[in-house]
Amino acid sequence: MISIQINKRYCTHYMVKKLILFLVCFFIGSGSVLFYSIPVSARDYDYINITNPFLKKTPVAVTEFKAFNKHPAEVKAGKTAKQILKDALDFTGYLKTMNPVAFLSNPSESGIQLGQINFRDWTGIGAELLITGGVIEARGKVKLELRLFDTFNTKLLVGKVYTGPRSQIRKMIHLFCSEISYKLTGKWGVFNSKIAFISTVRGKKEVFTCDFDGYNIKQITFHKSICLSPSWSFDGKWLAYVSYARGNPQIFIKNLREKRGSIVNYKGMNISPSWMPAQLKLAAALSFSGDQEIYLLTIKGEIIKTITKSRGIDVSPEFSPDGKKIVFTSKRTGTPQIYVKDIESKRVQRLTFQGLNNTSPAWSPDGRKIAYVGIEDNHIDIFVMDIDSGMPVQLTMNAGDNEDPSWSPDGSMLTFTSTREGGIPRIFVMNASGTDQRRLLRLKGKQTQPDWSMSKSTEN
Amino acid sequence: MKNRMWINLFMAIIVAGLFFTVSCAKKTVVSDATTIEDQEKTKAAADAKAKAEADAQRIAQQKLEDQMAKEKALKEAKAMAAKKRFENQDVHFEYDSSELSSMAKMLLKEKAAWLKENSSASVTIEGHCDERGTTEYNLALGERRASTVKIYLINLGVAGSRLNTISYGEEKPIDPGTTEAAYRKNRRAHFVLE
Repeated sequence: MISIQINKRYCTHYMVKKLILFLVCFFIGSGSVLFYSIPVSARDYDYINITNPFLKKTPVAVTEFKAFNKHPAEVKAGKTAKQILKDALDFTGYLKTMNPVAFLSNPSESGIQLGQINFRDWTGIGAELLITGGVIEARGKVKLELRLFDTFNTKLLVGKVYTGPRSQIRKMIHLFCSEISYKLTGKWGVFNSKIAFISTVRGKKEVFTCDFDGYNIKQITFHKSICLSPSWSFDGKWLAYVSYARGNPQIFIKNLREKRGSIVNYKGMNISPSWMPAQLKLAAALSFSGDQEIYLLTIKGEIIKTITKSRGIDVSPEFSPDGKKIVFTSKRTGTPQIYVKDIESKRVQRLTFQGLNNTSPAWSPDGRKIAYVGIEDNHIDIFVMDIDSGMPVQLTMNAGDNEDPSWSPDGSMLTFTSTREGGIPRIFVMNASGTDQRRLLRLKGKQTQPDWSMSKSTEN
Repeated sequence: MKNRMWINLFMAIIVAGLFFTVSCAKKTVVSDATTIEDQEKTKAAADAKAKAEADAQRIAQQKLEDQMAKEKALKEAKAMAAKKRFENQDVHFEYDSSELSSMAKMLLKEKAAWLKENSSASVTIEGHCDERGTTEYNLALGERRASTVKIYLINLGVAGSRLNTISYGEEKPIDPGTTEAAYRKNRRAHFVLE
């Protein structure tokens, strides 16, 4: 029924094995998405450097999906898949899908595989990348064949086949996008990440989560109190947040899949939790000693060590990507400024010297930059500082109050809170260079404090 | 206050006493007369007098009770006003500061006096901030405001065990506006009796 002729280099018995594997997967795998790779030549270089602030978006042509059996459900699935793919690619700061009006050929008719594509049709209209798709639909099950080509080098960069129920098309496309991202940037990208945030529900603040693009909004807490400062664990399985549900602010550590967790409830204030990379430990600001200090805690809330020891406010810790340093806000010199402390050597370095109010630091995943909030003349804006040069760059300007920056897992984007639309706080995203600032999601109430999950989230 | 009450009571007793003496004197006069009519008249007069006497006593008693109730209400109203003032008068702060102004210290002295007078009362001191500054920083700042107030009250002789603190940062503004006036109102320590 299905013949797969992905690559002419396939030897026959290998193909038969793959075909059997595929058919088994197709008929047995019911709920989950299954996939296998179309072999491509080894990765030789990163196509796109997403840390370049003057990045020009690479034009990518996404063709109509080929419906192999051409029945309406299949055509519809193809259209859905193509739209999800285009939206996901346009969400990135480095790709731009082209208007199909310019297309000179139609691979959904003439063929979606390497030997069947006339690359001059695509280089001629300026498409540097080409994505073709094929879809087979049978009894609610979908098989997607997806390929990314380098048009100038006439090369297949990524080839993948995914199968699963129709409801999983979005997930399949995003898995393919992660592969594209890895091929082009050397990073898995944002497509499998999530964002946690706070939203008001009838005047109370609760924790919510959504996909990287604002879809699949889910309410996580129902405390009917004040919840603040959500933070994802590195593996995406745990959320830590502050809640007033039991009187004083306490840190709730919650496993999203299993109904378990713990509460950090020292005397006084238990605030600003932030997970460590690669380990299930977290930093937080506690005030039981009578002075606010930052501590390193176990997942149960036991104190491993004291990180700061200085009179006055010390809050908002965030680990460096290697877990060896902590960036935080401190008022030790009279005004709130951003400091970095080496956990082992205990050496402290002040980072911000411009302005009288710099808070809420976020360490970039490549370890080279700190995003933070600066306040000057009642304007609250987001800045990014290169740690080595110490030079701050202002990313938001004249557009309401902007707070709570959080990096995407690949460092290509930032999510933040802005009051630019009617003075009501909403979740926004922008590219790391400050371009393409736009609202992420529409939801009743006020949304604040987004936190982008560190890497691939397993909570799906 | 107490003196006036005693005087009233005393007066009431004297008035009652006078009535009693007068009625006794008349009775003697009446008993000297011999006609039945006279006796009946005298009896009626005596009854009327006794009634008037009782009435006067009752009225005096009523007046006394009214007076006492009024004074009690007045006292309660005063105490209530002092309590309301304690709860409603917020201590205000400068932007990004947890230091007490001279105005704040004056208010806190008044509050300390009230707490000493009402030795069974416990209070939660809430620290609040204006919306400028980030959420977490403001939680920390709000806590410092509350604990500065607590320490000042302890130094004025209030037991620390009667004083709790909590910070709400910028989560509970009393004025949602974005003017300087609104910010000033929101930068406060607020007092809640338990």
